[in-house]
Amino acid sequence: MAQATKSNGPRTAASWKVWLGVAPFFLFAVLFLLMPSFRLLTASFSTPEGSFTFDNILQLFTEPLIVNSYILSIQISAVTALGGGIFGFLLAYSVTVGGLPKPLRSVLITFSGVASNFAGVPLAFAFVATLGRQGFITAILKDVFNLNVYDAGFNLYGFAGLSLVYMYFQFPLMVLIMAPALDGLKREWREAAENLGANTTQYWLKVAMPVLLPSILGAMILLFGNAFGAYATAYALTGGRLGLVTIQIGAQIRGDVLYNPGLGYAMAVGMVFIMAISLGGYSWLQAKTERWLK
Amino acid sequence: MTHLALKNISKQFGDFVAVRDFNLDVKKGEFVSFLGPSGCGKTTTLRMIAGFEIPSSGMISIEGIDITDKAPNQRNVGMVFQSYALFPNMTVAQNIGFGLQVRKEKESDIKDRVKEMLSIIHMEEKANSYPYQLSGGQMQRVALARALAIRPEVLLLDEPLSALDAKIRVSLRAEIRSIQQKLGITAIYVTHDQEEALSLSDRIVVMNVGEMEQVGTPFETYNFPKTRFVANFVGSLNTADAEVLDPASGLLSVDGARFSSSDIKGHKKGDKVKIAIRPERFSFLSEEKKENIVDCTIENITFLGSVVRIRVKIGNTKFDMDTFNRPSLELPKVGEKSQIACSRKAVLVLDE
Repeated sequence: MAQATKSNGPRTAASWKVWLGVAPFFLFAVLFLLMPSFRLLTASFSTPEGSFTFDNILQLFTEPLIVNSYILSIQISAVTALGGGIFGFLLAYSVTVGGLPKPLRSVLITFSGVASNFAGVPLAFAFVATLGRQGFITAILKDVFNLNVYDAGFNLYGFAGLSLVYMYFQFPLMVLIMAPALDGLKREWREAAENLGANTTQYWLKVAMPVLLPSILGAMILLFGNAFGAYATAYALTGGRLGLVTIQIGAQIRGDVLYNPGLGYAMAVGMVFIMAISLGGYSWLQAKTERWLK
Repeated sequence: MTHLALKNISKQFGDFVAVRDFNLDVKKGEFVSFLGPSGCGKTTTLRMIAGFEIPSSGMISIEGIDITDKAPNQRNVGMVFQSYALFPNMTVAQNIGFGLQVRKEKESDIKDRVKEMLSIIHMEEKANSYPYQLSGGQMQRVALARALAIRPEVLLLDEPLSALDAKIRVSLRAEIRSIQQKLGITAIYVTHDQEEALSLSDRIVVMNVGEMEQVGTPFETYNFPKTRFVANFVGSLNTADAEVLDPASGLLSVDGARFSSSDIKGHKKGDKVKIAIRPERFSFLSEEKKENIVDCTIENITFLGSVVRIRVKIGNTKFDMDTFNRPSLELPKVGEKSQIACSRKAVLVLDE
């Protein structure tokens, strides 16, 4: 017994040191995940006066403006995830297995690192300056090629325009995620497939794509979440004309015209729920790939 | 009858010559190993047979048909890779059946063939497992079954055992040889492990800096190395500079000690030559009367399990001598003077 009591001292000290190492993570989780989520959840059940209500949550499913904002956000997120995903994948392919010179790979990866974080007012302004009604590319197309894109139906400040702007930070993110995944395709798999009689198409359909698919889908889910949570770019570009969820939340909390913070919080809870599903899907697909490739 | 023929094969990567003027005829059902150090061109040669590299010059044929310019998927050559290269998204059965599936064979035939292959590698119960659920040895057996499932003309094995631990390596190499003999398939095996090459092969091609140094049976390669490189690379070997004293009687001098060799053709008195003697060819004088008896000093004694290695100094030259480790063995002490001996046949005169 005496020995057991003695050995408890150092063991406790050692376990404290172990916990000290992970303390920053728990601090972060409590301060920036759990507490805000708890605040969101409780506030979404409150009226502006502070009393308890279910109305805010019910409105998420019954109020057409809110339902439509979710539909619009999901649509724009899906379109840009798909478009950015496909384009980003092709770009990543060309610099990894596609055989482009190595220096180009470094250039593209560096550019992608910067561009995937280029959002908000500067990005909106950059597009207004290039593809706005008076933008210089719009002008060049009009003057040189006699093509007025706005007459042809394009509108930078509508769904297509905003999708295009989102794509600017979506495809670089796809490049950053997919380049390592493509690097992970072993040369021996291709050679083994060829050796067994497969042609290039058969190799890609039966080996490479199934191996990459979880990564591709996972990356697209991440892109979806990335677009779903975007606010500043859409607000700076459209000034609130497109009723995305994030813009609606801003309107409810800021309260220029609408003011119901409880509803804003409830919408944010809805967003958290959708994002959680996205991240859950991403994690599941990543785990599947890692299991295959270990 | 030649099954696989490589005629004057060379391969250059820019200015670097990876393989130079390689000639080899392999009979049907023969097991040939390419043995050599890293960078000697053995894998490049194998990859040329597989079609992953195109020879800069020369011709490769199977059953007399030129396949030099054929794509890898048109050659019907099976290959087993060092890193297994199993498709991670497929089960064991799907991996084995892959080659037949892409050749659009009937489903029932694929099923039967997969079953047969699984039974050959004794892995019937793992048919539905994924590669990540298998051990290294199991993965390599699946890779072998996958390569054999397409009934290849030639089976190529690129250092298939080098990623496995020692015990599995020994058991799997016996299994590879047994399957190869059972199916009567022509096999080319690349390795840098002399023990693997000696134990598996009908013939060994020893390669160095892109060239064939020697082609022969394991017995010939080990006992009668033609070059200094082969002698050094295959097995342990003592080499020493010697001077020819009397070509007629095969008398040589190594640091003043006299050795007699039966392998001294073409040399004249005063020639400087390099001689080689395997450690196991030496013995203490008391054990058996030998032709070459030399005085030596015991420098070091090392126990290697079943063998004891004794380092001796003859003049200024050091030689290793191996003797079986048995309880009755009486070893001299380090620093003692002694006499060792070897037969005339044991003293090889090497080509450079």
